[in-house]
Amino acid sequence: MTRWKPTTLTGWGRNRITRTAAARPERPRELDAAVADTRDVTVLARGAGRAYGDAALNDGARVVLTERLDRILSFDAASGVAVCEPGVTFADLLETFLPRGFMPPASPGTAFATVGGAVAADVHGKNHDRHGSFGDHVEWFDLLLADGSTRRITPESDAELFAATIGGMGLTGIVRAVAFRLLPRATPWVTVREKRIADLDGYLESFAQVRDSVTFSVGWIDALARGSSLGQGILETAEFHEDRAMPAPPRPRRVPVDLPSFALNRLSVRAFNELYRRRVPTAGRERQRSFSKLLYPLDALHDWNRIYGRRGFYQFQCVLPDRTARAGLRSLLETIAGTGNPSFLAVLKTLGRTGRGHLSFPMRGHTLALDFPCGGGADELLHRLEAITLEYGGRIYLAKDSLLSRAGFRAMYPELPRFEAVLQRVDPGARFMSDLARRLGLKGAA
Amino acid sequence: MSAPVWLILGASSAIARAVARAAAADGADVLLAGRDTADLEASAADLRTRFGRRAAALDFDALDSTGHAAMLQRARDFAGEATLNLFLAFGTMPSQAEIDADPALIDGVIAANYTGAVNVLHRAAPMFEAQKAGALVVLTSVAGDRGRLKNYVYGSTKGALGAYLQGLRARLFRSGVPVVTVKPGPVDTAMSYGLNDMPLMAQPETVAAACLKAAKKGTEIVYVPFPWWPIMTIIKLIPERIFKKLNI
Repeated sequence: MTRWKPTTLTGWGRNRITRTAAARPERPRELDAAVADTRDVTVLARGAGRAYGDAALNDGARVVLTERLDRILSFDAASGVAVCEPGVTFADLLETFLPRGFMPPASPGTAFATVGGAVAADVHGKNHDRHGSFGDHVEWFDLLLADGSTRRITPESDAELFAATIGGMGLTGIVRAVAFRLLPRATPWVTVREKRIADLDGYLESFAQVRDSVTFSVGWIDALARGSSLGQGILETAEFHEDRAMPAPPRPRRVPVDLPSFALNRLSVRAFNELYRRRVPTAGRERQRSFSKLLYPLDALHDWNRIYGRRGFYQFQCVLPDRTARAGLRSLLETIAGTGNPSFLAVLKTLGRTGRGHLSFPMRGHTLALDFPCGGGADELLHRLEAITLEYGGRIYLAKDSLLSRAGFRAMYPELPRFEAVLQRVDPGARFMSDLARRLGLKGAA
Repeated sequence: MSAPVWLILGASSAIARAVARAAAADGADVLLAGRDTADLEASAADLRTRFGRRAAALDFDALDSTGHAAMLQRARDFAGEATLNLFLAFGTMPSQAEIDADPALIDGVIAANYTGAVNVLHRAAPMFEAQKAGALVVLTSVAGDRGRLKNYVYGSTKGALGAYLQGLRARLFRSGVPVVTVKPGPVDTAMSYGLNDMPLMAQPETVAAACLKAAKKGTEIVYVPFPWWPIMTIIKLIPERIFKKLNI
């Protein structure tokens, strides 16, 4: 018998509080029992809870926590293929495989995220131009379906269900094991080159130069800069370094309390952004960093989401195709700087290609991500950013999103009819459900 | 010298898994014994993949003492010349309310927590006397320190097991083998998940680290986390005349 625990859950942005009954299976058969125990109510798998909005929430219904299903079941060094239970984290992957010269093929900005979540969100990292997103490296997965059966899904066995599950936000079923290819020739250290970028045009030129030649690249933008400084920031590129000695794990620091909402204001954020930009000398610099610090700069500060206080925050991330990127990014950044809603560092990256999933976020283009504290017109601002994204042919990342409209969603994801056809086939009773799915009108949500 | 081996009885539990990982990370090979061998095979694969150690699953049912000797012999064969250590993690804890509603549950609790444990430990004792090395680490509970209104059937089995371990400790001391009694408070596992009122909840990894440290040092009795030692010392001192009125 499954024990369900009344649990309060939020997304990482903490902008919405939900009450759920949660189960936490420790063995595969307990996962089957938990899902079988939800005949009259909807259920959703939740990994590390690092989606920012409502993707891993199922208010008033059931959630199955996958964190204790965390075993690495096999690894073949010849092919690089690892088989993992869904609760295995990127931290586990780095700890296990980096000493052997392998890295996760794509990694989100936090090592606390799980591989189950990586499949559901088809996550990308700072090496997307070179290596694509997580789903590009998935060989197969075992999927627990709404009828209680488990099927091994490959692109050959059921191409549509495979494509619906990669980036499918957990709505096709629960991934109970996933086989994916790790990438060789990784080392624990990288050489990072940082250079200051004067404005948006400078950014686009720099990215055009490096995106097809470097392994890792990411840009940090001062989202409060306006006028001729619009888009100013720092571009980081990185390559592996041959040193194979494992670095000492960093001592994590915590944010002990929720900061009051006035802590983040135009002045404090402007000062922070300026300091952050000036730490890199005008001539640029080059230094060695541990691989994990390159991938997960914020993980050293646990609970950093508390900086935004009790009201929480929104994250906005969109991608614009290359052909509209210049005009589109200018419009987005001008709108953001014009409202003066205090956004910490914004992140600008390039993406290389379209993902394999019906709802995969990536396309070849430029992606911009920013955080905004809730309140103070943030909702209105995000609606305007959605409209601009749509106008320039882009799309918004569901794993980050809290506010996207149904009409916007339908326009941004052209493969949606195929996704819905699969849902109709494998889950006609809408047993797997999330607040995100309800908001976007999926699975017949009213 | 070959790597030490940990034989883990009841190896599907969250504490047992954490002990297996900590031992393998520390360079030990691991045998995972229990009933759910399909699940144990997955854990063994995890240990092999993560830590590059030898790891295997063993079929073991605490309630069927006729199979205990053969299981122990298989563990001995797996270890070969290496030092064998034993960690006993199995046990069952229906709530007092469930037991009050269905006293038929009592036999199962006593059979697993006491009879099963004593059966397998007593059959393992000669092996450790012959080996003159290694350690036995057994999970009991703070609930065994005093019979309480809210948990006295479970508590009495752990208290009885504690008394057995005192005798076994004296016996194996003569062969230089420590017997460690571990008394965890509530631990964040499937056993406690979703139950109310759990003070000082410990993570399985914390308990595992304390178990392996105690095995190395040969500590007799360990409370995990540590504050349970003063707490239980005080609770044991309360006169029965007063204790019977308390709602704890």
